[in-house]
Amino acid sequence: MNFTATLAQIKPKLGCVADNMALIEQHIEEAITAKSDLIIFPELALTGYFLKDLVPEVALRLDSPDIMRLKELSRHISIVIGFVEESESYGFYNSSIYLENSAITHLHRKVYLPTYGLFDEQRYLARGERFRAFDTSLGRMGMLICEDMWHLSASYILAMDGATTLICLSSSPGRGVEEDTLGTAKSWQQLTATTAMFLNCRVLYCNRVGYEDGVNFWGGSEYVTPAGKSAVRGKLLEEDTVTAVLDQGALRRERIFSPLLRDENLFVTMRELDRIELERSR
Amino acid sequence: MSGLTANTELLRKILVGFVRDEVHKVGVAKGVLGLSGGIDSALVAFLAAEALGPDNVHAICMPYKSSNPQSEEHARLVAQACGVHFSVVSITAMVDSYFEMFPDANNMRRGNKMARERMTILFDHSALYGALVLGTSNKTELLLGYGTLFGDMASALNPIGDLYKSHVWQLSEAMGVPREVIEKKPSADLWEGQTDEEELGFSYLKVDELLHSMVDLRLTRKELLAAGFTAEFIDTIYLKMQNSHFKRRLPVIAKVSNRTIDTDFRYSRDWGK
Repeated sequence: MNFTATLAQIKPKLGCVADNMALIEQHIEEAITAKSDLIIFPELALTGYFLKDLVPEVALRLDSPDIMRLKELSRHISIVIGFVEESESYGFYNSSIYLENSAITHLHRKVYLPTYGLFDEQRYLARGERFRAFDTSLGRMGMLICEDMWHLSASYILAMDGATTLICLSSSPGRGVEEDTLGTAKSWQQLTATTAMFLNCRVLYCNRVGYEDGVNFWGGSEYVTPAGKSAVRGKLLEEDTVTAVLDQGALRRERIFSPLLRDENLFVTMRELDRIELERSR
Repeated sequence: MSGLTANTELLRKILVGFVRDEVHKVGVAKGVLGLSGGIDSALVAFLAAEALGPDNVHAICMPYKSSNPQSEEHARLVAQACGVHFSVVSITAMVDSYFEMFPDANNMRRGNKMARERMTILFDHSALYGALVLGTSNKTELLLGYGTLFGDMASALNPIGDLYKSHVWQLSEAMGVPREVIEKKPSADLWEGQTDEEELGFSYLKVDELLHSMVDLRLTRKELLAAGFTAEFIDTIYLKMQNSHFKRRLPVIAKVSNRTIDTDFRYSRDWGK
Protein backbone atom coordinates (compact mmCIF):
# COMPACT_ATOMS: atom_id res chain seq x y z
CA MET A 1 0.00 0.00 0.00
CA ASN A 2 0.98 3.63 -0.39
CA PHE A 3 1.84 5.44 2.79
CA THR A 4 3.26 8.66 4.16
CA ALA A 5 6.27 8.64 6.46
CA THR A 6 7.51 11.51 8.62
CA LEU A 7 11.20 11.73 9.49
CA ALA A 8 11.55 13.75 12.69
CA GLN A 9 14.99 15.35 12.48
CA ILE A 10 15.16 16.43 16.11
CA LYS A 11 17.79 17.69 18.55
CA PRO A 12 17.53 15.64 21.76
CA LYS A 13 18.96 16.87 25.08
CA LEU A 14 21.74 14.72 26.47
CA GLY A 15 20.48 12.50 29.28
CA CYS A 16 17.10 14.28 29.65
CA VAL A 17 14.49 11.59 28.96
CA ALA A 18 11.52 13.66 30.18
CA ASP A 19 12.38 16.68 28.02
CA ASN A 20 12.98 14.48 25.01
CA MET A 21 9.74 12.60 25.60
CA ALA A 22 7.85 15.92 25.54
CA LEU A 23 9.56 16.91 22.28
CA ILE A 24 8.79 13.50 20.77
CA GLU A 25 5.12 13.60 21.80
CA GLN A 26 4.81 17.01 20.21
CA HIS A 27 6.21 15.68 16.92
CA ILE A 28 3.89 12.67 17.08
CA GLU A 29 0.85 14.89 17.64
CA GLU A 30 1.84 17.04 14.65
CA ALA A 31 2.35 13.99 12.43
CA ILE A 32 -1.06 12.62 13.47
CA THR A 33 -2.65 15.95 12.56
CA ALA A 34 -0.84 15.86 9.21
CA LYS A 35 -2.32 12.36 8.67
CA SER A 36 1.04 10.68 8.38
CA ASP A 37 1.02 6.87 8.65
CA LEU A 38 4.46 6.43 10.20
CA ILE A 39 6.82 8.65 12.16
CA ILE A 40 10.50 7.81 12.55
CA PHE A 41 12.83 9.28 15.17
CA PRO A 42 16.64 9.06 15.22
CA GLU A 43 18.90 6.65 17.10
CA LEU A 44 18.81 7.32 20.88
CA ALA A 45 16.16 10.02 20.35
CA LEU A 46 14.94 9.62 23.94
CA THR A 47 18.37 10.07 25.50
CA GLY A 48 20.97 11.80 23.29
CA TYR A 49 24.11 10.11 22.02
CA PHE A 50 27.35 10.56 24.02
CA LEU A 51 25.87 9.06 27.18
CA LYS A 52 28.95 7.27 28.53
CA ASP A 53 28.32 6.49 32.24
CA LEU A 54 24.75 7.86 31.94
CA VAL A 55 23.65 4.70 30.09
CA PRO A 56 22.16 2.89 33.13
CA GLU A 57 20.53 6.10 34.36
CA VAL A 58 18.55 6.76 31.17
CA ALA A 59 17.79 3.14 30.23
CA LEU A 60 14.13 2.10 29.90
CA ARG A 61 12.47 -1.28 30.32
CA LEU A 62 9.97 -2.22 27.64
CA ASP A 63 7.20 -1.95 30.27
CA SER A 64 8.28 1.51 31.49
CA PRO A 65 5.70 4.35 31.53
CA ASP A 66 7.40 6.18 28.64
CA ILE A 67 7.25 3.14 26.37
CA MET A 68 3.65 2.49 27.48
CA ARG A 69 2.80 6.06 26.51
CA LEU A 70 4.37 5.56 23.06
CA LYS A 71 2.37 2.33 22.70
CA GLU A 72 -0.79 4.28 23.43
CA LEU A 73 0.08 6.91 20.83
CA SER A 74 0.69 4.19 18.25
CA ARG A 75 -3.06 3.66 18.08
CA HIS A 76 -3.09 6.73 15.84
CA ILE A 77 0.21 6.43 13.97
CA SER A 78 3.01 3.87 13.63
CA ILE A 79 6.15 4.93 15.50
CA VAL A 80 9.83 4.04 15.20
CA ILE A 81 12.11 5.32 17.93
CA GLY A 82 15.58 4.80 19.37
CA PHE A 83 16.41 4.58 23.10
CA VAL A 84 18.55 2.74 25.64
CA GLU A 85 16.84 -0.51 26.55
CA GLU A 86 17.44 -2.31 29.82
CA SER A 87 16.79 -6.04 29.52
CA GLU A 88 15.55 -8.47 32.16
CA SER A 89 19.13 -9.55 32.75
CA TYR A 90 20.40 -5.95 33.08
CA GLY A 91 21.89 -5.76 29.63
CA PHE A 92 21.86 -2.23 28.20
CA TYR A 93 21.20 -2.04 24.47
CA ASN A 94 21.14 0.69 21.86
CA SER A 95 17.67 -0.31 20.68
CA SER A 96 14.85 0.72 18.41
CA ILE A 97 11.21 -0.33 18.47
CA TYR A 98 8.49 -0.36 15.86
CA LEU A 99 5.10 0.39 17.43
CA GLU A 100 1.66 0.13 15.88
CA ASN A 101 -1.87 -0.49 17.14
CA SER A 102 -0.82 -0.10 20.81
CA ALA A 103 1.84 -2.81 20.60
CA ILE A 104 5.53 -3.30 19.95
CA THR A 105 5.69 -5.01 16.57
CA HIS A 106 9.46 -5.39 16.57
CA LEU A 107 12.51 -4.71 18.71
CA HIS A 108 15.95 -4.29 17.16
CA ARG A 109 19.13 -4.15 19.23
CA LYS A 110 22.07 -2.50 17.47
CA VAL A 111 24.48 -5.23 16.42
CA TYR A 112 27.47 -3.18 15.28
CA LEU A 113 28.54 -0.89 18.12
CA PRO A 114 31.35 1.30 16.78
CA THR A 115 34.37 1.64 19.03
CA TYR A 116 36.90 3.55 16.95
CA GLY A 117 37.70 7.21 16.28
CA LEU A 118 35.23 9.29 18.28
CA PHE A 119 33.01 6.27 19.03
CA ASP A 120 33.05 4.24 22.23
CA GLU A 121 29.72 2.38 22.22
CA GLN A 122 30.85 -1.10 23.11
CA ARG A 123 32.40 0.14 26.33
CA TYR A 124 28.95 1.07 27.61
CA LEU A 125 26.45 -1.05 25.69
CA ALA A 126 25.67 -4.69 24.99
CA ARG A 127 25.59 -6.01 21.43
CA GLY A 128 22.45 -7.17 19.66
CA GLU A 129 22.58 -10.50 17.91
CA ARG A 130 20.00 -10.55 15.15
CA PHE A 131 18.67 -8.90 12.01
CA ARG A 132 15.06 -9.86 11.34
CA ALA A 133 12.52 -8.48 8.91
CA PHE A 134 8.98 -8.07 10.28
CA ASP A 135 5.47 -7.54 8.99
CA THR A 136 3.58 -4.32 9.63
CA SER A 137 0.36 -2.83 8.37
CA LEU A 138 2.55 -0.84 5.94
CA GLY A 139 4.41 -3.80 4.53
CA ARG A 140 7.42 -5.90 5.49
CA MET A 141 10.24 -3.87 7.02
CA GLY A 142 13.70 -4.09 8.52
CA MET A 143 15.36 -1.81 11.08
CA LEU A 144 19.00 -0.82 11.25
CA ILE A 145 20.69 1.48 13.74
CA CYS A 146 23.38 3.71 12.25
CA GLU A 147 26.62 1.66 12.10
CA ASP A 148 24.57 -1.48 11.33
CA MET A 149 24.04 -0.13 7.84
CA TRP A 150 27.76 0.12 7.14
CA HIS A 151 27.87 -3.68 7.22
CA LEU A 152 26.57 -4.90 3.88
CA SER A 153 25.46 -8.19 5.38
CA ALA A 154 22.93 -6.43 7.64
CA SER A 155 20.89 -4.86 4.85
CA TYR A 156 21.39 -7.98 2.73
CA ILE A 157 19.92 -10.23 5.42
CA LEU A 158 16.91 -7.96 5.90
CA ALA A 159 16.25 -7.85 2.16
CA MET A 160 16.61 -11.62 1.84
CA ASP A 161 14.20 -11.91 4.78
CA GLY A 162 11.66 -10.06 2.67
CA ALA A 163 11.90 -6.47 3.86
CA THR A 164 10.89 -3.98 1.18
CA THR A 165 11.49 -0.93 3.37
CA LEU A 166 14.70 -0.47 5.34
CA ILE A 167 14.49 2.00 8.21
CA CYS A 168 17.77 3.39 9.48
CA LEU A 169 17.88 5.41 12.72
CA SER A 170 21.03 7.44 13.03
CA SER A 171 23.07 9.77 15.25
CA SER A 172 25.80 10.47 12.77
CA PRO A 173 28.55 12.94 13.75
CA GLY A 174 29.64 15.23 10.91
CA ARG A 175 33.31 15.28 9.86
CA GLY A 176 35.21 16.36 6.79
CA VAL A 177 34.89 19.93 5.52
CA GLU A 178 37.21 19.73 2.50
CA GLU A 179 34.74 19.06 -0.25
CA ASP A 180 31.56 20.50 -1.75
CA THR A 181 29.49 18.90 0.99
CA LEU A 182 30.16 17.46 4.42
CA GLY A 183 32.29 14.31 4.11
CA THR A 184 30.04 12.22 6.34
CA ALA A 185 26.89 13.33 4.50
CA LYS A 186 28.46 12.37 1.20
CA SER A 187 29.43 8.87 2.31
CA TRP A 188 26.04 8.23 3.92
CA GLN A 189 24.23 9.37 0.79
CA GLN A 190 26.34 6.99 -1.28
CA LEU A 191 25.58 4.19 1.17
CA THR A 192 21.81 4.66 1.33
CA ALA A 193 21.53 5.09 -2.45
CA THR A 194 23.69 2.05 -3.20
CA THR A 195 21.91 -0.13 -0.65
CA ALA A 196 18.50 0.82 -2.03
CA MET A 197 19.62 0.17 -5.59
CA PHE A 198 21.35 -3.20 -4.99
CA LEU A 199 18.52 -4.58 -2.90
CA ASN A 200 15.59 -2.89 -4.70
CA CYS A 201 14.45 -1.61 -1.32
CA ARG A 202 13.29 1.74 -0.08
CA VAL A 203 15.48 3.36 2.54
CA LEU A 204 14.09 5.70 5.18
CA TYR A 205 17.06 7.36 6.88
CA CYS A 206 16.47 9.52 9.96
CA ASN A 207 19.45 11.36 11.42
CA ARG A 208 19.49 13.82 14.35
CA VAL A 209 20.95 17.33 14.58
CA GLY A 210 22.48 19.43 17.37
CA TYR A 211 25.85 19.41 19.10
CA GLU A 212 27.23 17.33 21.98
CA ASP A 213 30.62 18.33 23.39
CA GLY A 214 31.54 20.08 20.16
CA VAL A 215 30.50 17.21 17.90
CA ASN A 216 27.84 18.14 15.35
CA PHE A 217 25.12 15.80 14.11
CA TRP A 218 24.38 16.68 10.52
CA GLY A 219 20.75 15.74 9.83
CA GLY A 220 20.04 15.24 6.13
CA SER A 221 17.31 12.67 6.82
CA GLU A 222 16.00 11.25 3.60
CA TYR A 223 13.81 8.89 1.66
CA VAL A 224 15.68 6.98 -1.01
CA THR A 225 13.57 5.21 -3.63
CA PRO A 226 14.20 1.58 -4.62
CA ALA A 227 15.96 2.98 -7.70
CA GLY A 228 18.53 4.60 -5.40
CA LYS A 229 17.30 8.12 -5.94
CA SER A 230 16.90 10.60 -3.11
CA ALA A 231 13.24 11.61 -3.29
CA VAL A 232 13.26 14.05 -0.38
CA ARG A 233 16.03 15.17 1.95
CA GLY A 234 16.06 17.20 5.19
CA LYS A 235 18.20 20.24 5.94
CA LEU A 236 21.85 19.98 6.79
CA LEU A 237 22.61 20.66 10.49
CA GLU A 238 19.17 22.13 11.28
CA GLU A 239 16.03 20.73 12.84
CA ASP A 240 13.55 19.63 10.20
CA THR A 241 10.49 17.51 9.54
CA VAL A 242 10.69 15.51 6.34
CA THR A 243 7.58 14.07 4.73
CA ALA A 244 7.98 11.18 2.31
CA VAL A 245 5.27 9.58 0.22
CA LEU A 246 6.02 5.93 -0.50
CA ASP A 247 4.31 4.60 -3.57
CA GLN A 248 3.76 0.87 -3.87
CA GLY A 249 3.54 1.05 -7.66
CA ALA A 250 7.04 2.50 -7.85
CA LEU A 251 8.42 -0.38 -5.77
CA ARG A 252 6.67 -2.94 -7.96
CA ARG A 253 7.88 -1.30 -11.17
CA GLU A 254 11.45 -1.13 -9.87
CA ARG A 255 11.43 -4.80 -8.98
CA ILE A 256 10.18 -5.64 -12.47
CA PHE A 257 12.68 -3.35 -14.15
CA SER A 258 15.67 -4.45 -12.09
CA PRO A 259 15.08 -7.93 -10.61
CA LEU A 260 18.44 -8.16 -8.85
CA LEU A 261 16.93 -9.41 -5.64
CA ARG A 262 14.87 -12.10 -7.40
CA ASP A 263 18.03 -13.42 -9.06
CA GLU A 264 20.11 -13.34 -5.89
CA ASN A 265 21.24 -16.91 -5.27
CA LEU A 266 20.84 -17.62 -1.56
CA PHE A 267 22.05 -21.20 -2.04
CA VAL A 268 25.41 -20.13 -3.55
CA THR A 269 25.86 -17.41 -0.94
CA MET A 270 25.15 -19.76 1.97
CA ARG A 271 27.37 -22.50 0.63
CA GLU A 272 30.29 -20.14 0.14
CA LEU A 273 29.80 -18.48 3.54
CA ASP A 274 29.69 -21.90 5.19
CA ARG A 275 32.92 -22.83 3.42
CA ILE A 276 34.59 -19.58 4.54
CA GLU A 277 33.46 -20.11 8.11
CA LEU A 278 34.79 -23.65 8.09
CA GLU A 279 38.14 -22.63 6.61
CA ARG A 280 38.54 -19.77 9.10
CA SER A 281 37.96 -22.07 12.07
CA ARG A 282 40.72 -24.44 11.01
CA MET B 1 47.51 20.16 -0.25
CA SER B 2 43.81 19.55 -0.73
CA GLY B 3 43.16 18.50 2.88
CA LEU B 4 44.13 21.96 4.01
CA THR B 5 41.64 23.65 1.73
CA ALA B 6 38.36 23.94 3.57
CA ASN B 7 34.83 24.45 2.34
CA THR B 8 34.50 27.76 4.16
CA GLU B 9 30.74 28.01 3.75
CA LEU B 10 30.24 24.67 5.47
CA LEU B 11 32.87 25.41 8.11
CA ARG B 12 31.15 28.70 8.92
CA LYS B 13 27.79 27.02 9.28
CA ILE B 14 29.16 24.34 11.63
CA LEU B 15 31.15 26.76 13.80
CA VAL B 16 28.45 29.43 14.06
CA GLY B 17 25.98 26.67 14.98
CA PHE B 18 28.47 25.33 17.53
CA VAL B 19 28.87 28.68 19.31
CA ARG B 20 25.13 29.34 19.32
CA ASP B 21 24.18 25.87 20.51
CA GLU B 22 26.88 25.39 23.15
CA VAL B 23 26.38 28.88 24.63
CA HIS B 24 22.58 28.82 24.63
CA LYS B 25 22.28 25.29 26.02
CA VAL B 26 23.88 26.33 29.32
CA GLY B 27 21.28 29.07 29.64
CA VAL B 28 23.59 31.92 28.65
CA ALA B 29 23.18 34.40 25.79
CA LYS B 30 26.56 36.09 25.74
CA GLY B 31 30.21 35.50 24.98
CA VAL B 32 33.39 37.31 26.01
CA LEU B 33 36.79 37.03 24.37
CA GLY B 34 40.21 38.60 24.33
CA LEU B 35 40.85 40.50 21.12
CA SER B 36 44.58 40.77 20.50
CA GLY B 37 44.57 42.40 17.09
CA GLY B 38 45.64 39.09 15.54
CA ILE B 39 43.74 36.89 13.15
CA ASP B 40 42.67 34.03 15.48
CA SER B 41 40.75 36.16 17.95
CA ALA B 42 39.43 38.28 15.06
CA LEU B 43 37.91 35.18 13.49
CA VAL B 44 36.35 34.09 16.79
CA ALA B 45 34.85 37.58 17.22
CA PHE B 46 33.27 37.32 13.77
CA LEU B 47 31.93 33.82 14.46
CA ALA B 48 30.54 34.88 17.85
CA ALA B 49 28.92 38.01 16.41
CA GLU B 50 27.12 35.91 13.81
CA ALA B 51 26.15 33.20 16.31
CA LEU B 52 25.00 35.31 19.27
CA GLY B 53 24.36 38.71 17.71
CA PRO B 54 27.05 41.44 17.98
CA ASP B 55 25.31 43.00 20.97
CA ASN B 56 25.85 39.81 22.96
CA VAL B 57 29.60 39.68 22.40
CA HIS B 58 32.18 41.53 24.51
CA ALA B 59 35.68 41.81 23.10
CA ILE B 60 38.41 42.99 25.43
CA CYS B 61 41.80 44.18 24.31
CA MET B 62 44.41 43.74 27.08
CA PRO B 63 47.68 45.41 26.11
CA TYR B 64 50.90 45.55 28.10
CA LYS B 65 53.08 48.65 27.88
CA SER B 66 55.46 46.96 25.43
CA SER B 67 52.62 45.77 23.14
CA ASN B 68 52.72 47.15 19.62
CA PRO B 69 50.19 50.06 19.51
CA GLN B 70 49.11 48.73 16.12
CA SER B 71 47.69 45.64 17.86
CA GLU B 72 45.14 47.72 19.75
CA GLU B 73 44.26 49.63 16.58
CA HIS B 74 43.66 46.37 14.75
CA ALA B 75 41.59 44.97 17.62
CA ARG B 76 39.42 48.09 17.52
CA LEU B 77 39.10 47.76 13.76
CA VAL B 78 37.94 44.14 14.08
CA ALA B 79 35.39 45.02 16.78
CA GLN B 80 34.00 47.79 14.58
CA ALA B 81 33.88 45.53 11.54
CA CYS B 82 31.80 42.85 13.26
CA GLY B 83 29.94 45.22 15.59
CA VAL B 84 30.78 43.66 18.96
CA HIS B 85 31.31 45.62 22.21
CA PHE B 86 34.89 46.70 22.68
CA SER B 87 36.86 47.72 25.74
CA VAL B 88 40.51 48.04 26.71
CA VAL B 89 41.95 46.80 30.02
CA SER B 90 45.67 47.36 30.43
CA ILE B 91 47.62 44.65 32.23
CA THR B 92 50.74 46.77 32.79
CA ALA B 93 50.08 47.72 36.43
CA MET B 94 49.51 44.16 37.68
CA VAL B 95 52.27 42.56 35.65
CA ASP B 96 54.86 45.20 36.61
CA SER B 97 53.85 45.12 40.23
CA TYR B 98 54.45 41.35 40.30
CA PHE B 99 57.80 41.43 38.53
CA GLU B 100 59.08 44.15 40.84
CA MET B 101 59.46 41.20 43.21
CA PHE B 102 61.23 39.11 40.51
CA PRO B 103 63.21 41.58 38.41
CA ASP B 104 65.38 38.85 36.85
CA ALA B 105 62.46 36.95 35.30
CA ASN B 106 63.07 35.96 31.69
CA ASN B 107 60.84 36.57 28.66
CA MET B 108 59.10 33.22 28.99
CA ARG B 109 58.02 33.85 32.58
CA ARG B 110 56.89 37.34 31.69
CA GLY B 111 54.99 36.18 28.63
CA ASN B 112 53.23 33.41 30.59
CA LYS B 113 52.33 35.81 33.38
CA MET B 114 50.79 38.22 30.87
CA ALA B 115 48.75 35.44 29.27
CA ARG B 116 47.47 34.33 32.70
CA GLU B 117 46.71 37.90 33.73
CA ARG B 118 44.54 38.23 30.62
CA MET B 119 42.82 34.94 31.49
CA THR B 120 41.79 36.23 34.95
CA ILE B 121 40.39 39.39 33.38
CA LEU B 122 38.34 37.38 30.86
CA PHE B 123 36.92 35.07 33.52
CA ASP B 124 36.13 38.06 35.74
CA HIS B 125 34.25 39.65 32.84
CA SER B 126 32.54 36.34 32.26
CA ALA B 127 30.97 36.80 35.73
CA LEU B 128 30.35 40.50 35.12
CA TYR B 129 28.43 40.01 31.85
CA GLY B 130 27.05 36.51 32.43
CA ALA B 131 29.01 35.45 29.36
CA LEU B 132 31.05 32.37 28.42
CA VAL B 133 34.75 32.81 27.66
CA LEU B 134 35.44 31.93 24.03
CA GLY B 135 38.80 30.35 23.29
CA THR B 136 40.96 31.51 20.39
CA SER B 137 43.68 28.84 20.13
CA ASN B 138 43.93 27.13 16.74
CA LYS B 139 44.87 23.49 16.10
CA THR B 140 48.39 24.31 14.93
CA GLU B 141 49.37 26.06 18.16
CA LEU B 142 47.46 23.57 20.33
CA LEU B 143 49.37 20.66 18.75
CA LEU B 144 52.71 22.44 19.01
CA GLY B 145 52.04 23.57 22.57
CA TYR B 146 52.63 27.14 21.45
CA GLY B 147 50.41 28.66 24.14
CA THR B 148 50.27 29.23 27.89
CA LEU B 149 48.58 26.58 30.01
CA PHE B 150 45.77 28.22 32.04
CA GLY B 151 46.53 31.39 30.07
CA ASP B 152 45.44 31.87 26.47
CA MET B 153 44.62 28.14 26.35
CA ALA B 154 41.88 28.57 28.98
CA SER B 155 38.27 29.00 27.83
CA ALA B 156 34.75 27.63 28.20
CA LEU B 157 34.55 26.66 24.55
CA ASN B 158 36.73 27.03 21.52
CA PRO B 159 35.27 27.23 18.02
CA ILE B 160 38.61 27.17 16.17
CA GLY B 161 40.57 24.51 18.09
CA ASP B 162 40.17 22.01 15.22
CA LEU B 163 41.24 24.51 12.53
CA TYR B 164 44.84 24.71 11.37
CA LYS B 165 46.25 28.18 10.87
CA SER B 166 45.78 27.64 7.11
CA HIS B 167 42.04 27.14 7.72
CA VAL B 168 41.93 30.22 9.94
CA TRP B 169 43.28 32.31 7.08
CA GLN B 170 40.78 30.87 4.61
CA LEU B 171 37.75 31.29 6.85
CA SER B 172 38.81 34.81 7.90
CA GLU B 173 38.91 35.80 4.22
CA ALA B 174 35.47 34.32 3.67
CA MET B 175 33.96 36.06 6.70
CA GLY B 176 35.36 39.48 5.91
CA VAL B 177 37.95 39.92 8.67
CA PRO B 178 39.76 43.22 7.88
CA ARG B 179 42.56 42.81 5.37
CA GLU B 180 45.23 44.41 7.60
CA VAL B 181 44.66 41.67 10.16
CA ILE B 182 44.73 38.83 7.64
CA GLU B 183 47.88 40.04 5.91
CA LYS B 184 50.11 40.88 8.85
CA LYS B 185 52.65 38.42 10.21
CA PRO B 186 51.29 36.39 13.17
CA SER B 187 52.87 37.50 16.45
CA ALA B 188 52.44 36.82 20.17
CA ASP B 189 53.42 40.51 20.56
CA LEU B 190 55.46 39.92 23.70
CA TRP B 191 58.40 42.01 22.56
CA GLU B 192 59.08 44.36 19.69
CA GLY B 193 59.40 42.78 16.28
CA GLN B 194 58.55 39.26 17.52
CA THR B 195 56.89 36.97 14.95
CA ASP B 196 55.57 33.44 15.55
CA GLU B 197 57.25 31.98 12.50
CA GLU B 198 60.67 33.36 13.39
CA GLU B 199 60.35 32.14 16.96
CA LEU B 200 59.10 28.69 15.92
CA GLY B 201 61.66 28.38 13.14
CA PHE B 202 59.26 27.35 10.37
CA SER B 203 56.29 28.76 8.50
CA TYR B 204 52.70 27.95 9.45
CA LEU B 205 51.92 26.73 5.94
CA LYS B 206 54.79 24.25 6.09
CA VAL B 207 54.06 22.95 9.58
CA ASP B 208 50.34 22.71 8.78
CA GLU B 209 51.14 20.41 5.89
CA LEU B 210 53.25 18.21 8.12
CA LEU B 211 50.77 18.17 11.02
CA HIS B 212 47.89 17.42 8.68
CA SER B 213 49.79 14.51 7.11
CA MET B 214 51.02 13.19 10.44
CA VAL B 215 47.98 13.72 12.69
CA ASP B 216 44.95 13.70 10.42
CA LEU B 217 46.10 11.35 7.66
CA ARG B 218 48.32 9.27 10.00
CA LEU B 219 51.17 8.91 7.51
CA THR B 220 54.11 6.90 8.84
CA ARG B 221 57.58 8.42 9.24
CA LYS B 222 58.66 6.60 6.09
CA GLU B 223 55.73 8.00 4.13
CA LEU B 224 56.40 11.50 5.44
CA LEU B 225 60.03 11.26 4.28
CA ALA B 226 58.86 10.07 0.88
CA ALA B 227 56.47 13.03 0.75
CA GLY B 228 59.47 15.34 1.04
CA PHE B 229 59.56 16.33 4.72
CA THR B 230 63.06 16.26 6.22
CA ALA B 231 63.85 13.88 9.07
CA GLU B 232 64.85 16.79 11.29
CA PHE B 233 61.59 18.65 10.71
CA ILE B 234 59.50 15.53 11.35
CA ASP B 235 61.34 14.74 14.58
CA THR B 236 61.21 18.32 15.86
CA ILE B 237 57.47 18.58 15.34
CA TYR B 238 56.76 15.11 16.72
CA LEU B 239 58.69 15.95 19.90
CA LYS B 240 56.96 19.32 20.27
CA MET B 241 53.64 17.54 20.07
CA GLN B 242 54.65 14.86 22.55
CA ASN B 243 56.26 17.22 25.05
CA SER B 244 53.31 19.59 25.09
CA HIS B 245 50.67 16.90 25.47
CA PHE B 246 50.25 17.69 29.18
CA LYS B 247 48.85 21.07 28.19
CA ARG B 248 46.01 19.41 26.33
CA ARG B 249 44.89 17.22 29.24
CA LEU B 250 43.35 17.74 32.67
CA PRO B 251 45.80 17.48 35.60
CA VAL B 252 46.55 13.84 36.40
CA ILE B 253 44.65 12.48 39.40
CA ALA B 254 46.11 9.73 41.60
CA LYS B 255 43.65 6.85 41.47
CA VAL B 256 42.56 5.22 44.73
CA SER B 257 38.81 4.58 44.30
CA ASN B 258 36.69 2.59 41.86
CA ARG B 259 35.43 5.69 40.11
CA THR B 260 38.06 8.31 39.48
CA ILE B 261 37.18 11.50 37.65
CA ASP B 262 37.96 11.16 33.95
CA THR B 263 39.33 7.61 34.26
CA ASP B 264 36.18 5.67 35.08
CA PHE B 265 33.80 8.47 36.01
CA ARG B 266 32.94 9.47 32.47
CA TYR B 267 30.29 11.91 31.43
CA SER B 268 30.08 14.30 28.52
CA ARG B 269 30.54 17.94 29.37
CA ASP B 270 27.06 18.55 27.91
CA TRP B 271 25.54 16.17 30.49
CA GLY B 272 21.90 17.25 30.97
CA LYS B 273 22.10 19.97 28.31
